Amino acid sequence: MTVISSTTNPEALSLTLVTELDADVERVWQVWEDPRRLERWWGPPGYPATFEKHDFTPGGEAGYYMTTPEGEKPRGWWRFTRIERPYRLELEDGFADENGAPVEEIGSGHVVVTLEDLGGRTRMTIQSNFASEEQMTTMLEMGMEEGMKEAAGQIDSILAEYSRT
Amino acid sequence: MVVDHLDDAGIDRLFQALADPTRRDIVRRVTLGGYSVSGLAALYAMSFAAVQKHVAVLERASLVSKEKRGREQIVRGNHDGLQNVRRLLDEYEAIWRQRAERIADILAEEPKNNGRIQQ
Repeated sequence: MTVISSTTNPEALSLTLVTELDADVERVWQVWEDPRRLERWWGPPGYPATFEKHDFTPGGEAGYYMTTPEGEKPRGWWRFTRIERPYRLELEDGFADENGAPVEEIGSGHVVVTLEDLGGRTRMTIQSNFASEEQMTTMLEMGMEEGMKEAAGQIDSILAEYSRT
Repeated sequence: MVVDHLDDAGIDRLFQALADPTRRDIVRRVTLGGYSVSGLAALYAMSFAAVQKHVAVLERASLVSKEKRGREQIVRGNHDGLQNVRRLLDEYEAIWRQRAERIADILAEEPKNNGRIQQ
């Protein structure tokens, strides 16, 4: 099982996801560092991501678009705020306009990735939080609408499972 | 939106409330996040009082609720705000769970002996 635990905190507007991966820290780091690997997992099925820019340095920026089944290309941006190879990565994640410029009104989510060596295996922890309830609502509602309708179908079935327990 | 226990009068109020394009627009906006009445008034070519009336119609139809914050009245879609945050975080969590699974799949496909990019 990849996901070991997962905690959401509605008051703090945060998510903490703990995963264990069957690969060493170096290989897990590369799924973030190498844009070609990154493209294979960032977008949901049917919405492949293409990273046109990936300046993987502190202060550097990444720019990508997803291709929707309808052929639309919603864009996003990242800003790397901290990179401590290969154990810690922090970034801001937001929406971009058709020219790739950040849409400032929507704000951004903050994501912290930490990797821990478990002797050949790796514990990867994702911590993500949002600036305010309004900012989170705008960003996530838009994200769901823009590029993730298909994923939303899968989410519904997951939520249906939650509500049964 | 709780619509399962409406009597005829309630249904009338609901349909009347939604019969107006400005009111539908207000509902759409405040469902995505809270707005002050003055914030809403700035969006439409009508007076503050007129917007306030629209909000009151929506409130009577149980489509929105008002909440005092300082000197402002915040209008929200009529669902528990915290419940909406929970729902969104659950959806966000599901997105990250799926990403984690895809990362695991990519790692499983690659040779384990060497971390360097081999292409």
